[in-house]
Amino acid sequence: MSSSTATPAYEPKTSVGKVTNYVDSRVGGSAMVKEFGRKIFPDHWTFMFGEVALYTFVILLISGTFLTFFYDPSMAETHYEGSYLPLRGVEMSVAYASSLDISFDIRGGLFMRQVHHWSALLFVAAVAVHMLRVFFTGAFRKPREFNWVVGCVLLIMSLAAGFTGYSLPDDLLSGNGLRIIDGVMKAIPVVGTYLSFFLFGGEFPGTAIIGRLYVLHILLIPALILLLIGIHLFMVVLHKHTQFPGPGRTNTNVVGYPVGPVYAAKAGGFFFIVFGIVAAISAAFTINPIWNYGPYDPSPVSAGTQPDWYIGWVDGALRLMPGTIGAFDFEWNIPFPWGVNTLSLNVLIPALVPAGIVFMLMFAWPWIEAWVTGDKREKHLLDRPRNAPTRTGIGVAGVVFYCVLWAAASSDLIATHFLVSLNDVTYWLRFLAIAGPILGFMVARRIALALQRKDREIALHGRETGRIVRLPHGEFIEVHEPVDEYKLYRLVSFDSPEVALPAVDANGKVGLPEKVRSRASRFFFEDRVAPVTPSELNAAHAGHHGEIAEAQDRESIASH
Amino acid sequence: MKALSQSRRHPLAAVALLLLALLVTGGVYAFASTANEAKAQTTSFSESDVEEGSKLFVANCASCHGLGASGTDAAPSLIGVGAASVDFQVGTGRMPMQMDGPQAQVKPVQFTDQQIRQMAAYVASLGAGPAIPGEDILDPSEGDSSNGGELFRVNCAMCHNAAAAGGALTRGKFAPSIDGTSPKHVYEAMVTGPQNMPVFSDANITPEDKQDIIAFLDTINEQGSPGGADLGALGPVSEGLFTWIAGLGVIIAFTVWLTSRSS
Amino acid sequence: MADSSHGSPNTSATVAKPGQGGVDTFENPGLPPHRPRLADRNRRAEKRAERQVALLFVISIIGTLLFFVGYFFVPLNDTIARLRLQNLMLGLGTAFAMLGIGVGIVHWARTLMPDHEVTESRHEIRPEKDRADAEKIIGDIFEETGIKRRPLIRNTLLGAMVLAPLPAIAIFRDLGPLPGDVLRETMWEAGTRLTRDPSGTPIRAADVTVGSAFHVIPEGLNEAEHKLEEKAKAVVLLMRLDPEELNPSPGREDWAYEGIVAYSKICTHVGCPVALYEQQTHHLLCPCHQSTFDVTQEAKVIFGPAARPLPQLPIDVDDEGYLVATSDFQEPVGPSFWERG
Repeated sequence: MSSSTATPAYEPKTSVGKVTNYVDSRVGGSAMVKEFGRKIFPDHWTFMFGEVALYTFVILLISGTFLTFFYDPSMAETHYEGSYLPLRGVEMSVAYASSLDISFDIRGGLFMRQVHHWSALLFVAAVAVHMLRVFFTGAFRKPREFNWVVGCVLLIMSLAAGFTGYSLPDDLLSGNGLRIIDGVMKAIPVVGTYLSFFLFGGEFPGTAIIGRLYVLHILLIPALILLLIGIHLFMVVLHKHTQFPGPGRTNTNVVGYPVGPVYAAKAGGFFFIVFGIVAAISAAFTINPIWNYGPYDPSPVSAGTQPDWYIGWVDGALRLMPGTIGAFDFEWNIPFPWGVNTLSLNVLIPALVPAGIVFMLMFAWPWIEAWVTGDKREKHLLDRPRNAPTRTGIGVAGVVFYCVLWAAASSDLIATHFLVSLNDVTYWLRFLAIAGPILGFMVARRIALALQRKDREIALHGRETGRIVRLPHGEFIEVHEPVDEYKLYRLVSFDSPEVALPAVDANGKVGLPEKVRSRASRFFFEDRVAPVTPSELNAAHAGHHGEIAEAQDRESIASH
Repeated sequence: MKALSQSRRHPLAAVALLLLALLVTGGVYAFASTANEAKAQTTSFSESDVEEGSKLFVANCASCHGLGASGTDAAPSLIGVGAASVDFQVGTGRMPMQMDGPQAQVKPVQFTDQQIRQMAAYVASLGAGPAIPGEDILDPSEGDSSNGGELFRVNCAMCHNAAAAGGALTRGKFAPSIDGTSPKHVYEAMVTGPQNMPVFSDANITPEDKQDIIAFLDTINEQGSPGGADLGALGPVSEGLFTWIAGLGVIIAFTVWLTSRSS
Repeated sequence: MADSSHGSPNTSATVAKPGQGGVDTFENPGLPPHRPRLADRNRRAEKRAERQVALLFVISIIGTLLFFVGYFFVPLNDTIARLRLQNLMLGLGTAFAMLGIGVGIVHWARTLMPDHEVTESRHEIRPEKDRADAEKIIGDIFEETGIKRRPLIRNTLLGAMVLAPLPAIAIFRDLGPLPGDVLRETMWEAGTRLTRDPSGTPIRAADVTVGSAFHVIPEGLNEAEHKLEEKAKAVVLLMRLDPEELNPSPGREDWAYEGIVAYSKICTHVGCPVALYEQQTHHLLCPCHQSTFDVTQEAKVIFGPAARPLPQLPIDVDDEGYLVATSDFQEPVGPSFWERG
């Protein structure tokens, strides 16, 4: 910073220059402008989902701050005296009463509540779609593994933010949600009962839980999310954005638009667009009508009691798990020397196993794939999902698994809306929870391979024009039009790792890890479709050239 | 088609589409549901009503319920079910049943009000049972909707949903939506316990409390949802689906527009 | 291996290809030629785009005005229709205000700002030399502390560090009391009358006709000190069946009164209220996870994730004909917990 006095040669002439000079000589902002002012960001519509997540988070902060000014997280009893007639005089907690006041007596309060809840749902959805984009295009590969992990933690944090917020109005729906949490927690061996008593400050429901969730919801979790977003974006800048392969795009460059002005304008404008969409939805569509549910009371319950979509899969797993199969009981009473203890596997398995598997695979995936491919190079070019068929299949399996479990959480609604038996829906979804991901994997992988073959076909023989031409000797052929070199390059420039043979160790033997690795490699790349090479293209042209040329000649004669 | 596909790329196309979408969403929610008018019947029947009802019964009901309504293997006895039961089952179109199934479905009503009255009179003459409620007890404006709401949540919401949107029961049975059901039929359902619904006799929920429940249902039905379209009042699942399909759909449309090159 | 990807910029993107060595691959043809937009070529198109952007900003201004109209000129009275109108105007106003700005800026960027794609080269995250330096610095730091040479210091430090966070955990001990036996006890005791939820009025056995279901709380619950906690354990569903249909097991024959039975409403799965009673099939269904219990078989689980029957409350009638409990539940109600046994 002392350099500004050491180099007096710079004399700002324009007013922008004067401001820049003033700021830079105090905090040194010029380096930032130099670094970011013309930084290049690649442009693709799938690269926008991270921004959607960021923007909905900003909307959440804005609307959430408004709500905190009016919301009172107290579980003290009161009698509602606000404007909503069907609840007037009803005994309820202060938290619920203040949520009703926000909805009915504070101008714009209902709108802000709806903005907050809709953007919360959209936030988690955007995080999920963003992660799916990163997964399917392989953007998690070296050097971005840590950023993938930060992203996974952000997903968990956004689930936590959503869940703690869902319970705050202290209405009947969210209260029954808390009751389920209490039941699941009590199923944890040894410490479960204590955890429940500590969380609720005694017996369920107690008078502490809303205040505690509130602190988590408005302080701890948002602070962690902000911190992690900071780290996440820092790493994006450090690594520079990935890009799809294509003409002019290589593993060592970034092609796109500079931050100033185009990218900043688009990204900045997009914030307003996202806000506008959330506002439009909140204007016309009700979300979480807490006035319908009534205050929390342990006795009533409403049909169709479900959590928000992002927790729905765990609820679905709880629904699908049978308590007993035949004579086999999933609740075990285990005799110990000090007495009998209860292990409730019918609750523990669905609550922990599916989520455990999904999150463990998610966190470990960059290293699993790196281990299978044995590829240690940096990857700045993305895969089109079809060019990584096994990964795409596994991703689709995960999506199918989620969808089946979420459908299971809606089994009663499926039953009433499609006029089928609730029990049959459960039986089918139990089957699909196992078979669905496998089918999804096979189908998606096959489709990816088929699309790759189609790309090969187009690269080798050109695009089908739909024009049928009759050759002099009577044969009909369809004219194929060769693709131009740019389009061709898009079709052929991708990685296609081959099956790795097990490496021999120093003793000339193949160790077990190597055997496993080579099996995994076979599973991944056995059916690979290789990209077209120039010599293949030449051979194909040599073979067909006469025909096509002839056909084209005829074509041009006919059209004149 | 060509003109359409060209104007699709017009820079204002997205704006126009958005305006259209906003208008449609604004318009959809504006549909207000019609208020229901309670048409209560008097509970006294004449001799001729019973006679006519008997004929109608033999012609339309006896094949399942048996001559003299004493029941068969196919259908239960109707002795002692009361006039309210007939008025509910026939008046909502559930009876005569169209086909065997987990439970009787609502259909277009098959009989005139007078015929239903006559059949009710006949069944009522077979044995004592709940009568068709009088008009005064069905008037929603006389009830206390907040007391009704409390009773509804304790006694009804677990099957019919807190917003009266209905819910599932076991093995294909379901509790129907009672959004828009007439006060008389709501009252009759409570006193007779049709299908698998438990009976809520006057000893359990007093007639005044039943009127409060009717007042509550009438209030939430009439006022609509303050926040706009209610997405079926089905709770977080429909909200989640809406987020994924409509919310993300619109956002994706914008991202595609945003990153495409201008022509 | 690690630096094989750091070729010079603009080499073929196919460097990272095993088994091919870059021999038989296509050359990267470079960026396609730039295609000028309509607004670049045509002055009128440019003017038109400019006016469109301005129009979008004007729409935003109108949206903001709409918000103010909704906020100040649609006063809330007690009607829902008024609130709905205000919400719609605030929402649409905000939507137009935001979308006008957003769409306007993006339209501006797409049509009028330069659209030449720019290439920037990537750099190594850090040169490998730095890593060696870092390794050495960290080694030196450790060396200078002498931690490896002085195991006494190392071990006591480790011990201190392991213990130091424990108070931070222990201090949360007072978040709640210990469970004790409270999960085993409810408000029910011999002689407690069964009363209606939520009014608290007692129920005569004669009131409970066949096919009816009562939602029941213990007498005095509404005045209890910890009302919700007690209610969360004590709620009961009361039904009357034909006594022939009940099949009580030995020892439980007198828990029902003339076909009237009372079962805990708290699901043995994770605690939702099992409140759905089908009066013809005598099944109880939990609306949260669809556990189904058969009242004719002492609330045995016949479907769904629950593994235990609902606890039954033994009942009788008192001298005045009101239903009373003859004891508390004979087992803990609600979801299983480790100490349940």
